[in-house]
Amino acid sequence: MSFLNKNVSETQIRLKDRLWLYIFSYLILFLLIVPSLVVIPMSFSASQYLEFPPKEWSLRWYENYFFAWKVENGFNDWMQATWTSLKVAILTIFVATPIGTMAAYGLVNSNSRLGKILFPIFISPMMVPIILVAIGLFYFFVQFKLVGSIIGLVLGHSLVAMPLVLIIVFSALKNYDMNQEKVARSLGATRFRAFREITLPQIKFSIISASLIAFLTSFDEIIISLFVAGGDNSTITRSMFLALRDQIDPTIAAISTILIVISSGLLIIIQLIGNKENKKD
Amino acid sequence: MTIAEMEKPNERGLQQVAANERLTFFGLTLPYLLMVTALIVIPVGWLFYLSFIGRDGSLSFENYERMMKSKAYIRIFLTTFKISILTTIICAAIGYPLAYFMSQLSRKWANICMIGVLIPFWTSLLVRTYAWLVLLQKKGLLNNMAIEMGLISEPIKIVHNTTGTLIGMVHIMLPFLILPLYANMRAIDKDTLKAASSLGATPTRAFWTVFFPLSLPGLLAGLLIVFVLCLGFYVTPAILGGGRVIMAAMKISSNIELYFSWGAASALGVVLLVVTGIILFIASKLVSMDQLGNR
Repeated sequence: MSFLNKNVSETQIRLKDRLWLYIFSYLILFLLIVPSLVVIPMSFSASQYLEFPPKEWSLRWYENYFFAWKVENGFNDWMQATWTSLKVAILTIFVATPIGTMAAYGLVNSNSRLGKILFPIFISPMMVPIILVAIGLFYFFVQFKLVGSIIGLVLGHSLVAMPLVLIIVFSALKNYDMNQEKVARSLGATRFRAFREITLPQIKFSIISASLIAFLTSFDEIIISLFVAGGDNSTITRSMFLALRDQIDPTIAAISTILIVISSGLLIIIQLIGNKENKKD
Repeated sequence: MTIAEMEKPNERGLQQVAANERLTFFGLTLPYLLMVTALIVIPVGWLFYLSFIGRDGSLSFENYERMMKSKAYIRIFLTTFKISILTTIICAAIGYPLAYFMSQLSRKWANICMIGVLIPFWTSLLVRTYAWLVLLQKKGLLNNMAIEMGLISEPIKIVHNTTGTLIGMVHIMLPFLILPLYANMRAIDKDTLKAASSLGATPTRAFWTVFFPLSLPGLLAGLLIVFVLCLGFYVTPAILGGGRVIMAAMKISSNIELYFSWGAASALGVVLLVVTGIILFIASKLVSMDQLGNR
C-alpha cells in the first residue's frame, strides 16, 4: 500500500491522510449523478407500481406516451404537449438569441457607466423570484388575451433565456479584440459588415451554445408555463408537473428518460463546441 | 491661427461620431430593455400596486396587516426560511469539501468531475424531483435496501415531508454552490500554501489561515445564490413535500389558482421580492458583481 504515502498536495499531505476526502467527494459525485438515472430502469417496468428493480420489463409506458390517443377529444395529450414544448423552445431560440446577442454587443462597446446601470436590469429575470414573474406575466397576458397562446409562452421563456444568452455572449466578446472590427471599418466596411464578416465568425460557437441553452431553458421551464400555458397549449413539463401532483404515473418515467437523453445530448454538443472554441485560440 | 484652432472642426466631427456610436450601442440594447420593461418591470410593478389595494378597492395596508396577523402566513414564512437556511447549510457542508477536492486535482480530472456537477445542472428539475420521489417513497429503493440489510424493520417515511424536501432541494442547489466556489478556489495561488508550509505551518493550519479565508468570496457568492433561489422555490417542495411543506412561492400560486386573491398573492410576492433584493444588495456590496457574473 505504498501509494498511500504518496504526496497529494503542495503541503505534503499524504494520500492516506486525505483518503476521507477522496471517498467523500466521489460519493457526493455519485449521489449527484445516479439518482436521476433511476428513472431509466423504471420506465421499462411492466408494473403500475414503482417497484425497483422492476420484476417484469415492457415498453408499455413508452407506448402510452407515444400512442395513447384519447378517444373523447381525438388527440394525445402527451404528444400535443411535447409539440407545444418543441415549438415554443425553437421559437425561444429565435427571440432570445438575437436580442441577447445584440444587447451583449451593445454593452461590451458602451461605456462602463451605462453598463453598470443596465447589467443588473438585464439579469433581473434571473434574480426576481420566478413565481412573481409568472403571476405578473399571467396578469399582463390576460389583458392582451395571450394566456394559453404560443406567443405568450415564447415571450415568457425568452425572458428567462435572455440573461443566459447575454452572459455567454458577453463573456465571449470580452475576450475578443474589438480593434479587429475597427481595422475592417477603416478599410471601408460598414459596421454591420464588419460585425458579420469579422466578429460573428469568431464568436459563432458561443452564440450556438447560447442558443442551445436557450432551447433547454425553455424546454425545461415549468413555473411560467404553469400560469401562462393552458387549454390546448400545455407544455410537456407543465403536464408532467400537474400529473405528479396527483399520482405517480409511470408514463412520467418514460418521458423523464427521453428528457435525460435530450439534455445530456445537448450538453455533450455544448461541451464539444466549447472544446473546439478553446482549441481555436 | 494656432494649431489648436485648426484642429477644432476635426474635434467637433470626432465628438459627433463618438456620440453617434454611443447611440448605436445603446440602440442595440433597446429590444432587450423593452422586453424586460414590458414583461418584468410593468407586471411586477402592477403586482406591487395591487398589494396595496384593499378589498373595497381603496389604497390600504390591509393585505400586509392580514398577512402579519395570520398564523398560517407566519408559519409559511418560518417554513420558507427554515427550509432555505437548512438547504444552504447542508449545501455548504457538502459542497465545500467537494469543491476543494476538485480544485486540488489536475485540470483534466477536475473537468471530468465538473461533468458530474454539470449533468444534474442541466437535467430537468422535474426529472430529478421525480427520481427522488421514486427513490424515497415507502416501497422505494432506499427503504427496500435498508430493510434487506436489516437496518430497519418497517419502511420509514422519508418523502412527503421536510426530510424529502430537503434531500431534493440540496440535490438541486448543490451545483449552484459548487460552480462559483470552485472557480474561486481554482484562482487561489497555490504558492501561498507552499509559503505557509515553508514557514512551518502544518497542512491543517495552512488550510485554515491561508486557503479558507481566500475561498470566502466564492463561498459567500455560492451561499447567497443558493439561499435566494431557495426562497422562491416551488416545484420540488410542491412534489416532495406532499402538501405538508408549504413555502412562500406555493402559497402565492394557490392564492391565485384557487382563491383568485391577487392582493394577498401580491403582498406575499412583494415581501419575497424585498427580502431577495436586500440579500442581493448585501451580496453586491460584499462580493463584486464580476465574481457573480463569471459563474
